[in-house]
Amino acid sequence: MSLHTELVVAEYHRKIKEAFEVFDHEANNTVDVRIKAGAFLPGLSSGVSREIGTIIRSLGCCPSEGELHDLIAEVEEEEPTGYIRYEKFLPVMTEVLLERRYRPIPEDTLLRAFEVLDSSKRGFLTREELIKYMTEEGEPFSQEEMEEMLSAAVDPESNSIHYKDYIAMMVVDES
Amino acid sequence: MGCGTSSSTKDRKSEKALKAALVIQNWYRGYSARLKARQRYALTIFQSIEYADEQGQLQLSNFFSFMLENYTQIHEKDPELVARLFGRTLQDSKDRQEYVSFVDVPDSYNGPRLQFPLTFTDIDLLVEAFKQQQILHAHYVLEVLFETKRVLKQMPNFTQVKTSPTKEITICGDLHGKLDDLFLIFYKNGLPSGSNSYIFNGDFVDRGKHSMEILMILFVSFLVYPNDLHLNRGNHEDFMMNLRYGFTKEILHKYKLHGKKILQILEDVYTWLPIGTIIDNEILVIHGGISESTDLNLLHRIERHKMKSVLMPPISIDEDQDTDLKKTKTGANVVPREGKTNESPSEQLPKHEWEQVIDILWSDPRGKRGCYPNTSRGGGCYFGPDITSKILNKFQLKMLIRSHECKPEGYEICHDGKVVTVFSASNYYEEGSNRGAYIKLCCDMTPRFFQYQVTRATCLRPLYQRVNTMESSAIRILKERMLSRKTDLIRAFQLQDRSKSGKLSMGQWAFSMENTLGLNLPWRSLSPHLVTTDKNGNINYMSTFQDIHIQKPVKEAQSTLIETLYRYRSDLQIIFNVIDSDHSGLISMEEFRAMWKLFNSHYSIHIEDFQVDELAERMDLNKDGSIDFNEFLKAFYVVHKLEKLNKSDANLL
Repeated sequence: MSLHTELVVAEYHRKIKEAFEVFDHEANNTVDVRIKAGAFLPGLSSGVSREIGTIIRSLGCCPSEGELHDLIAEVEEEEPTGYIRYEKFLPVMTEVLLERRYRPIPEDTLLRAFEVLDSSKRGFLTREELIKYMTEEGEPFSQEEMEEMLSAAVDPESNSIHYKDYIAMMVVDES
Repeated sequence: MGCGTSSSTKDRKSEKALKAALVIQNWYRGYSARLKARQRYALTIFQSIEYADEQGQLQLSNFFSFMLENYTQIHEKDPELVARLFGRTLQDSKDRQEYVSFVDVPDSYNGPRLQFPLTFTDIDLLVEAFKQQQILHAHYVLEVLFETKRVLKQMPNFTQVKTSPTKEITICGDLHGKLDDLFLIFYKNGLPSGSNSYIFNGDFVDRGKHSMEILMILFVSFLVYPNDLHLNRGNHEDFMMNLRYGFTKEILHKYKLHGKKILQILEDVYTWLPIGTIIDNEILVIHGGISESTDLNLLHRIERHKMKSVLMPPISIDEDQDTDLKKTKTGANVVPREGKTNESPSEQLPKHEWEQVIDILWSDPRGKRGCYPNTSRGGGCYFGPDITSKILNKFQLKMLIRSHECKPEGYEICHDGKVVTVFSASNYYEEGSNRGAYIKLCCDMTPRFFQYQVTRATCLRPLYQRVNTMESSAIRILKERMLSRKTDLIRAFQLQDRSKSGKLSMGQWAFSMENTLGLNLPWRSLSPHLVTTDKNGNINYMSTFQDIHIQKPVKEAQSTLIETLYRYRSDLQIIFNVIDSDHSGLISMEEFRAMWKLFNSHYSIHIEDFQVDELAERMDLNKDGSIDFNEFLKAFYVVHKLEKLNKSDANLL
């Protein structure tokens, strides 16, 4: 490995570590994929906590749900205990970053995607249309994801989504 | 064929739609995750600074010990000061008549009027009145406090509770003066009653603006249903903590005439709050946590009311002042009795008992095995899953329910399901920072968790707006922290910047920040908010200090002094509040100087006496020999050139 690559890798390692630690609030070098049910409290799982997906995405990658699933399988423990150990996560994630895998969607691709769904080229989608597409096509949204997106995207006066404005707003927010 | 072509067009169309949907979903999930990560980062900032503050708080405890130990010398130099500090006259039975009957309720009073003996009507009355923003008259406050103390005195250190298939119990965590959260809980879960039991697990007060109202509702409910409304003491049920974290201020503001009386009784009432609750002989409910030496049998027996404050550890006249946990001798030694202190040895807990209570009120669970001093907070310890197992087994318990830590979802399960944290103040740090939660328990059934979040507007703001608010709030607090350590930070940066270029690599900058501030934060991810970077990715380390500065009250005062004062402003406030025993908001110049000198020598701050004198003199604007120290403290507010100050800053003082 060239010196340059070594330095890059070292910085990636630190970045990945930081992201991991923010979610590893128990400070024991593991992160939940699910909340583990204890012996005394059988069935006490309050749903799936996809923290590892959040970590990966917060590092700038945009895997699809399917790709995420595969990635998790790569880093999960042999016996799925529901935890992911940092030691296993680090090399895999470093590879992902070095290979520049799961690149984010460029703004114009996103815009064209909305335009495809807006077949009559009105410049907006109705609330019902967006819900239908997001929850029935592709890798469907959960109800929570749908509500979250609607809360920011819907223009309350027209009850529709002016996607060009919406995209512009989100891009500004991220910069 | 007509059919064929149209179906293939249809296929192509739906394939395009599918792909488009995938693109949007993919983008959205990435965006949403980054938003959640930002939220998490902001929370980490809030928490690490909060705990660092608490650590400072407990270091203050050493300061008071120092003063107590050097009692004789101080006494000779300034007997009045000492009398003020240590001559807290806590007579055993303050005459109730004396207090209550001298406080009249005028006919013009429009607020709620309680009728003793209290009934459920009074609970309703209070809830409705507080919803209308009314304030309960001091007369009733005092009556409630006296009566609560009288009833609490009869309770054991640990309340024993039994559930049954027809009788669940609800457990709530920290409320911290957030009345809206209490109302939301009552709305979802019903008011307390004979058939609707509650445990409130400490930290009812401080930080939020309605600590008094919460306390009154809880105490009145307790008096009406003493066997169904259970209160545990938290680390904020402590008059010293209240001095710093806002409850004292709230009381003095709402009760200008009788606030002082209320404060005095309250001090007492706190000490009679039970240490914890035990459900069905198998679930322990306490505010903070445990340590490897936690001894429930001992805790059942101690005289809990002697635990006045975390900042008043038992004094001993040992030569060796280090807190040596291995020492088992009781701390009940004699204080040199020239002076006026009424704190006779029998009024204190022995040192090892005092420490047991501190552990219960201040400890936090962690994933790492073993038991370690809680360095974030400065008191209690971190306890691992092995400690939990050991202690639970030792006392034949199955689970520990505690509070004390803010959790994003309002609750958290750890240590293999044996430890549950429940936190009931939603939006604790900032709007959108976290949910609140409560637990419903019954016999052998699985505990159920209920979450909620108070929203200010009728419709919840979109997540990205809430995250933005939280993030800017957290960054601002972090910048203030950096500013208060500016000199040390610059020195650290310059040490690494050999070529004096004004630039450092990311790694160097992060290292200096972490070491100087002592905060374990994700510096790389936070850097875009704190500094500017050049095109090579190097940090311009002075850029942080260019858009904020402390507005100096006096032009000529040197920066280090200002910085030091700014850094210790919370500590100074506490000490001043203690000196200002009549809570007038004024202290004399002499007192200011004397206090500063003591502070100076204890904390080994290198500020010259004459500098402090000069500053003090300039602060005394009307030259009448006294300083309004609230103004003095306000004088150090940080001015951001690029941002407007958030009005909620008033809470932090």
